[in-house]
Amino acid sequence: MKHAIIEKNPLLLTVLTLIVVSIGGIVEISPLFYLESTIEKVEGMRPYSPLELAGRKIYIREGCYTCHSQMIRPLRDEVERYGPYSLAAESMYDHPFQWGSKRTGPDLARVGGRYSDDWHVAHMNNPRALVPESIMPGYPFLAETALNFTHMDDDLRANRAVGVPYSDEMIEAALQDVRAQTDPDSDGAEALLARYPKAQVRDFDGDPNIVSELDAMIAYLQMLGTLVDFELYKPEENLR
Amino acid sequence: MGQAEIDDHSGTETTGHEWDGIKELNNPLPRWWLWTFYISIVWAIGYWIVMPAWPLISGYTTGVIGYSSRATVVERIEEARAAQSKFVQGIAAASLEEIRKDPELLDFALAGGRSAFSVNCSQCHGRGAAGSPGYANLNDDAWLWGGSLDAISRTIQYGIRSGHDETRFGDMPAFVTDETLTRAQAGDVTDYVLSLSGTAGDAGAVARGAEVFAENCVDCHQPGGTGNPELGAPNIADSIWLYGGERATVLESVAKGRAGNMPAWTGRLAPATIKQLAVYVHSLGGGQ
Repeated sequence: MKHAIIEKNPLLLTVLTLIVVSIGGIVEISPLFYLESTIEKVEGMRPYSPLELAGRKIYIREGCYTCHSQMIRPLRDEVERYGPYSLAAESMYDHPFQWGSKRTGPDLARVGGRYSDDWHVAHMNNPRALVPESIMPGYPFLAETALNFTHMDDDLRANRAVGVPYSDEMIEAALQDVRAQTDPDSDGAEALLARYPKAQVRDFDGDPNIVSELDAMIAYLQMLGTLVDFELYKPEENLR
Repeated sequence: MGQAEIDDHSGTETTGHEWDGIKELNNPLPRWWLWTFYISIVWAIGYWIVMPAWPLISGYTTGVIGYSSRATVVERIEEARAAQSKFVQGIAAASLEEIRKDPELLDFALAGGRSAFSVNCSQCHGRGAAGSPGYANLNDDAWLWGGSLDAISRTIQYGIRSGHDETRFGDMPAFVTDETLTRAQAGDVTDYVLSLSGTAGDAGAVARGAEVFAENCVDCHQPGGTGNPELGAPNIADSIWLYGGERATVLESVAKGRAGNMPAWTGRLAPATIKQLAVYVHSLGGGQ
């Protein structure tokens, strides 16, 4: 019985403990980085447009994730209610991801296109105006707060640093793309769509005078779960 | 190790470890605990063999039963579809009127319609379909686009200002924003409209408003304001209001127009589901 050597030598004990504990991580986590089957091959995924990314930051800032998950599990009741189960590919550009199973509010992985912008505007202002039994807090200040997007290019750079394929062109155009996405008549709208196919371009909050935080939030919500083309996706090739 | 030391008090062997004069007894682990531990090891090995478990170089062990959560959910849904197919096929084959007359199909359509309603419609129309400002109450007798089974079904299929080619499209102009009417004329016509449902206003304004109404509004809203479901023009002579019946709200409707949306559900929901929804909504109280 030689474990007295380990027990009497704290540094050795620490090193050996770390090795033992990390085995679980190595076996469970690291294969996800090299296994080709981790991320499904899908058509349509692209990085978030700058406005959507700004909305996503507000979503995280306001703690929406504490009540809403963005992960439809492969269970019948969830698929029947929310739509096709979420794919790993759909959150491959998420930093941080928004998975979860604790839902005080409904899952939002496929909320995009489910409601009109008007609905979102009214619902953010006061959820109980539309859903009397809702316990969601109101976020009326989003409509009144101008979106601060002066650092949007840096946000794209930060995402690129962790692996999101933003091009130099995208980073350079980040600020103008924020404006362009809320103004369908602008010159930049076409270039935005070339950079971010399927991006929805319109004045989301119904107030053309201001690019508000609500614009960004609704732009983000309206694109959630809408990118992957499920007509081209072959589920039988991606069974897990 | 030499001879094990026996603790005087308990008669149990000690481990020989001593801290400040206190010695650790070398009691064996409880048997039940030990056996649970052994069984869980055996269980784990069995699990590795049966279920997907170990990552390999280019894949993972799939397990002898080939379990896949994604294949399972497809199976579960297919099972459910198969169990429902008798009714769903009946609903798909029957006309809306036939569904309403067949008690078995009607039961299924109402139950399925209720569940589809709570998932897809309740967010705007409310869980009990009582609506909210801007979103129609589906329990009452007032229908923007008609309350017959066919009219309801068409609205659900193609929506209102939904962008679908077949969408219903009502066009309430923004009379003041577009400078068709002055602010004063809009106020007069508002007083006239409110007078139709019995709210007394200034007699002069009402009289002037009646003229404005006859020139600008009557084509869609009809003489007397009874509305035209062909055009989605609501009856404005009753006390049922989509956006609210306060003077300021009605004036806003006149001045800025109204253009609410309802999505087109064809393509998103199966045709049989849309039929169930139509029958369900029709049954809520106001079906024509």
